[in-house]
Amino acid sequence: MNLFEISGLRKSFGSRTVLNIDELTLQAGKIYAVLGPNGSGKTTLLRILNLLAAPDTGRIKFMGGDIGISQADRLSVSRQMCMVFQRPFMFRSTVFNNVAYGLKLRRVAKADCEKRVNEALDFVGMGNFVKQSATRLSGGETQRVALARALVLQPQVLLLDEPTANLDPGSVQQIEEIIRKYHQEYNTSVIIVTHNLFQAKRMADETILLINGEVLERASTAEFFEHPRELGTRHFLDGTMVY
Amino acid sequence: MEAAVNSLFAQKMEIVEIVKMSLQVSGSATIISALIGIPLGAWIGLSEFKGKRFLLKLVYTMMALPPVLAGLLVYLLLSRSGPLGFMELLFTPSAMIIAQCLLVTPIVTGLVSAGVAAKEGLIFEHAISLGASKAQATWTIIKEARTGIIAGVMTGFGRAFAEVGAVMLVGGNIRHMTRVLTTSIVMETRQGNFEMGVALGIILLLLSFMVSSIVLSNADEFSLK
Repeated sequence: MNLFEISGLRKSFGSRTVLNIDELTLQAGKIYAVLGPNGSGKTTLLRILNLLAAPDTGRIKFMGGDIGISQADRLSVSRQMCMVFQRPFMFRSTVFNNVAYGLKLRRVAKADCEKRVNEALDFVGMGNFVKQSATRLSGGETQRVALARALVLQPQVLLLDEPTANLDPGSVQQIEEIIRKYHQEYNTSVIIVTHNLFQAKRMADETILLINGEVLERASTAEFFEHPRELGTRHFLDGTMVY
Repeated sequence: MEAAVNSLFAQKMEIVEIVKMSLQVSGSATIISALIGIPLGAWIGLSEFKGKRFLLKLVYTMMALPPVLAGLLVYLLLSRSGPLGFMELLFTPSAMIIAQCLLVTPIVTGLVSAGVAAKEGLIFEHAISLGASKAQATWTIIKEARTGIIAGVMTGFGRAFAEVGAVMLVGGNIRHMTRVLTTSIVMETRQGNFEMGVALGIILLLLSFMVSSIVLSNADEFSLK
């Protein structure tokens, strides 16, 4: 099943075109890594998929249906996906309330909400932090709570915008393990934007390279790293690309 | 100090009456201003529209409105020959509340607007990403900006509670009717009763401290909900 079908997608900021994707189809149940230098349109792509930004032109289908038609449709579509940001914002409340936020928006019954929040926090190894203030956590803990806040909603697709940037190696390993475990248990699709080539290699089924807003190469991760087709990809991987 | 305390006890009943009137007038003005200023400030802070910058400049200018000028405007409006003279509100607590609303509403509006605008982008995107509708995301921003909002309302209350020019003009400092703490301080000072003036000033500060403490402790409760 196709998760996203993108065609003719364009997005500009002023005179600068940041995204220009003719065709891109992503399948459900896979982990995709999106690589590219700064300003290549990775985050913009993620924001458009999450309906946080609108493209100038183009068509996006999510699970076979067009998205972005009416406000009600947009809400029902956006509730099937969830984004975890590079620097997650914690609401000024307890860890529990932060994780319960999305469930409360969906009017989930209190008992069910409590059960799911506790399960999600246990899943990310933050079960002992339920009553703590969410604004006083370390970077790694904050990112794990942000993941729990997303996972508790059982999204069809998890959009991760550099989720391990600025984290120590131990925290990076923990976050990757959580994502991998959740993906295996629930077959959730994952799109992860990262600058960390090793992370893409470790995590992704397929890797996409964006250069200047265009898809330069898309291949299975093994192919992408072992036998890149494009010269630009080879330059990107060996660090000799001049932007 | 002892003289000030003695003066207070001698006029205990009248002072209780003055304190009640002060709280009633400034409290009502603050509540009305909050009801207008919080949604208005949130709307200005969270919306993009033509003329927004001009509107903000106007709000910030009104934040510095001299109380005497506010009093004068309300006086002209409510005097017998004024457009609202038929309501016969001049020299009543209602006129004092209207004048204070004129002073407090821009303060609440301006500070709420700045408070929510500072939080807007980041929280809005997180809320939408977690499945909030636009209305739910807006409410989340307002909740997250509560410190700024409470500061705005408390600043407004402080302005109302401590001002003298407007209430003196439209209230007239009439005994048992429109006399409040600030107008009493002016009157006692003019009459040379400095001890009484100081004592009333201390009461004013203590009351202001108590109101702030109650509001802030409730704000902490709210933050955990």
